[in-house]
This record gives sequence, structure tokens and C-alpha cells, in this order.
Amino acid sequence: MNPVVREALRRIGLATFVSAVLGFFALPLLWLAFTPFDANPGIAASLPDFTLHNFKILMDNPYALESMRNSVLLAAGTALLVVVCAALAAYALSRVRVPGRDALLYVLLLLSSIITGTAAMVPIFLLAFNLHLIDSRLGVVLVLTGGLLPAAIFLLKDFTDATPTSYEEAARVFGASPLQILRHVVVPVIRPGLATVGVWTVAQVWGDFLMPFLLLRNPDKAPASVIMYTFYTEGGQPDLPLISTFSLLYSLPVVVMYLFVSRRYGFRFHGGIKR
Amino acid sequence: MAAITISELTKVYPGGVRALDALDLDVADGEFFALLGPSGCGKTTLLRTVAGLEAATSGTVALGGADVTRLPPGRRDVGMVFQDYALFPHMSVLDNIAYPLKIKKRSKADRHARAAEAADYLGLEGLGKRRPGELSGGQQQRVALARALVAEPRIFLLDEPLSNLDARLRLEARTFLKRLQKELAVTTVFVTHDQAEALALADRIAVMDKGRIRQLGTPTEVFRRPANLFVASFIGSTPMNLLPGRVEGDHVVAAGASLPLPDEARALAAGEEIVCGVRPEYLDYGDRPVDGAFAGRVSVVEHLGGSALVTLDVEGEPVHVVVGEGREPAPGDEGWALPRPGRVLLYRDGELVTAPGASEVPEPRMAPTGKENA
Repeated sequence: MNPVVREALRRIGLATFVSAVLGFFALPLLWLAFTPFDANPGIAASLPDFTLHNFKILMDNPYALESMRNSVLLAAGTALLVVVCAALAAYALSRVRVPGRDALLYVLLLLSSIITGTAAMVPIFLLAFNLHLIDSRLGVVLVLTGGLLPAAIFLLKDFTDATPTSYEEAARVFGASPLQILRHVVVPVIRPGLATVGVWTVAQVWGDFLMPFLLLRNPDKAPASVIMYTFYTEGGQPDLPLISTFSLLYSLPVVVMYLFVSRRYGFRFHGGIKR
Repeated sequence: MAAITISELTKVYPGGVRALDALDLDVADGEFFALLGPSGCGKTTLLRTVAGLEAATSGTVALGGADVTRLPPGRRDVGMVFQDYALFPHMSVLDNIAYPLKIKKRSKADRHARAAEAADYLGLEGLGKRRPGELSGGQQQRVALARALVAEPRIFLLDEPLSNLDARLRLEARTFLKRLQKELAVTTVFVTHDQAEALALADRIAVMDKGRIRQLGTPTEVFRRPANLFVASFIGSTPMNLLPGRVEGDHVVAAGASLPLPDEARALAAGEEIVCGVRPEYLDYGDRPVDGAFAGRVSVVEHLGGSALVTLDVEGEPVHVVVGEGREPAPGDEGWALPRPGRVLLYRDGELVTAPGASEVPEPRMAPTGKENA
């Protein structure tokens, strides 16, 4: 075969492959973008017969908006707790010599995937029950924090490890107390790391179904991920107008947050330390 | 402003490394003092222990007569410049300089006025709003200096102050530092591994090795009369010639040359094994045979700019000679290197042989005057 033909075939093959992959990911997104505005929402992505009627149905649903608020509460509470605890733990772990520190971190990381997973469902339910944390948002926040903390510490420790100790020593020589050092020097320097962990936590909690489903009894407290599960018509069919509009609403905050944070913190400070 | 008095200071790191070994040192008020030594000699540990960043295992550190051994760094009233400058990257130059005053709870207006003053003093006009990352290495160093001196500390500690600058800037910064120190007259201790830097900057130098001070003295003393073979081989951009020899009557024979025995070494018995030390700068090169000169064949000629370093092959031993401009021999020439009178040093068992009565150097406790090497 002559090389020009071969090159052309190679390009055609590559383009076809890329298009197929792109289509695979683009179609659900198209569905998400178009269906909420379609007068007759279906499960196929098609150009909509434009209407805003579906949003009116959503507004009329008593649980939809309330569940968004619940999601925000759970996500914000967990993110706050995770960021504060992980920052303190990561800073301490990267500055204080603890024997078996790395082993400890890896074991925690391993266990944490079990804690928020299905395997520990029953013990966690029993624990929450005995602590009177069933049907309490605090319970969900605590369980989720526990599950996410090891990974968050792991992520943040990379940032604290990369912060030269001479920053802190300089502040110490000038007389700063440990908390002042943390506030004035360490936190600003690792702020991109804190933002990363915060966003990551919010995204994790936002999409988490199992824990709130398990621990919250009252539908008034259920977050969006759980409420979506209840959107069926009386006949047992998925309520597509409701599901499609709610999906759009549900995904928007996460997208907006990513954009905001990447603009605000998507850079790293450089300089100050001469290498 | 304060003198520093260090006595019996020992630092043993967890794991058993003895970084400082019962070290005694006095730094006089207003002195520019260098801690010089190879890496791992304990000089940085000593500086950090004075700053309070390392806790002493035993012994005491006193500043201005007051024992500060157990005080945290913030209450010792010291200013420190770190090797990497450690400027806070998220703060502007002015905020960086004002930071020590912020910790001291000065009002915002006051600390900004003082920081601006310090910045101007160090030639940082108009850079106040920039972040450290937008400054050159030399400017960063000046910001670090300004931050260390804005709170008017009693002593000033510099960790390898010039090592992070490129060669041209280093010379400029060296002159700047020396003038700054003279103007402020603050007791200043700096750490360096570069002997040229120590000789150029310091009023007095402590040459350290393995957690101990091997010699303490002015740059001239340390350069001219190294107290032992360690200092002799460490000081000097061109290393000192150290030739094994033997005392024969009132002469010393080393590398085939018979040199007159220095006055201070009269007490040596004939037949004693010694090491004969003479700096390349203190040897005169000639192309005719001279009595008491090292005779050999030129093997290498290295140009140093205003002079050349000539290596003579003297009975298998290399002897380095500094030869003035325009008088360089060619490799292969026969040459003679004559030591200048009074510049030959004899070392017995690694220590300088001095006249009986003159105090010996290697004992650890030393007076602040540095007269012991004279």
C-alpha cells in the first residue's frame, strides 16, 4: 500500500474512533441539556419542542427544592469538617515524626473505602442508631467525614510536605505562635490544596446516595441524590419531566463550583523560596 | 545589640549524631562573625541553636549576658535570614517586611511606615507592592534582610547568605552586606562553606569540623597561620602546599629542599617527622637554581586572571606556586619555588608548631579577642 493511502486510512480510523468515544460521552450530556426543555421528554436525545413547563412541574414538587437545600447543608457541613480536620492532621503528620506514619496513612486510606461503602452498612447503621444519630443531618455529616478524611489527609499531606519548613521557622523566629503560623503562613501557602480538598469533598457528598438513604428517615431531610430516586409516576414509570429538569438543576452547582474554584485557586504561588 | 556567649554547647540529634560537641564561643558586640566549615561540620546547627530553632542537648547560649537557652526563638530578639530566604509567597514585599511588626502587634500605619523605611534603606524603592516571586534573587535577599532587621533585633543570623546568588551578584551582595553590617553595627553571625566569603566578610572566623571549632581568629590569622592541617587545607582558594618532611639540625628537609628551621620551631628535635606547609602565594618562582627552593619540572599552568597557578613536580610531590602575570613558565620547564622568609609553617601531629610560651590553639575554650593565634 502506498504511504499516502495508509496515512489517510490511519487518519480516518482515528477520527472515527475519536468520534465514537466523543459521542458516547456527549449523548447523555445532550440529553441533559435538551430534555428538560422538551414538551414530550423521552429517553432519547433529540432537539426539543421548546417549553419551560417541566420546570413548573419541578417547582410544584414539594421535595425537589427542599432536597437541594439539604444537599447543600450536608455538602457544606462535611466539606468544612473535612477541610479543617484534614488540614490540621496533614500539617501535623508532615511536621512531626511519628513512627509508622506512612503505614498508618495507608491503612486508614484502605479502611476508609470500606467505611463509606456497602460492606459497613449494617454496623454503621447500628452505631448511628445507638448514638441517636438516625434521621439527623449531623450523623450523615459525621459518617461521611469519617469516610472522606483519610483520602483528604492524603491529598493535603502532599501540599504540606511540599511547603518548606523555613517559612514556619522564619515566622517562629519573629515570634509567631503555632496557630499564628498556621493562619498567616501555612494556610495561605496550601490554599490551593484546601480548595481542591473542599471541592472534592462537596462533589463526593453531592453524589453520595447510600449514607443519606440509610441514615435519614424523614423525606424532608433527604438530599437531592435520594429524592431523585422517588421520582416515579403512579404507574411506576420514571417521571421523565421531573427527572430531566431535576438532573439539570442537580448537576449545575457542581459545574459552577468547579469553574469558580479553578478560576479563583487554579494557580499556585511561586517564588519566595530560592531553589 | 548584644554579645553572644556560648559555653559547653552540645547538640545530639535523635539517632546519635553529635552535631555540636561541648562547644565554647564568644562573639563580641557588633562583631561580624563567620562560622566556616565543610558541610556536616555543625555550623548550621550552631546557628539554629543560637536562633532557638534547635534545642540544645546541654550547655548554654547567652545573648547580652542573659541566658536564653530555654527561650523560644520568638523571645530571643534575633533576626534571621534563611538560606532560601523563606519570603512568604502570598504576601507583598511590604507585608513580608512588616510581618515581624505585625506579630509584635504594632499598628498597621506604624508597621507599614517602618517597613517602607527599611525597604528604602535596602534599595527596594518601588517594589513594595510586588510579590516575592516577581523579584530577582538579589532583591529577594534584600527583602529577607529588611524583614530580619525591621524589628531591630539584638543579633543578626545569616544562613549561607550568598549561596543562592549567581557569581556576579554574589560579589555585589558581599560588598553590600559588609557595608550594611558596618553601618548597623549589629552583632552578626553568618554560616558559610565558602572560605573566600568568610575571609572577605568576617571580622573573625571560627573554622569548624565535626562539631568543634578547629581555629578561631581574624581572616588574616586564619589565612596566614592555620593552626592545624585541617584549617590549612580548608582555607585558601588555592590549597596550601603540605609536604612531609624531617627536621635535620637547624634545617627542615621536605621534597628535596632544605629550608631554614623557623624560629618558633627551634624546640623540635632532629629527626622529627613534620609536615611543611607553605601557601602558593608565599612562594616565589624562578627559573634559576636557588638555595632552599623547591626544584622541579612544571607540569600544569592554570591561568587565574591576574596571575597563574603553576604546578611543579617536585620529587613526585606536586608543589603549587602562584606566578605573576607575564612571567608564566611553559609546561616542561625547570623551575624553582622559593618560600618567602617567615612564611613556612611546620605541623607536628597535625598541629602547628609554635614557639614555647605562645598559647596553643586547639583547646576548645577560647577568649573573645582571638589573640591566641598571634
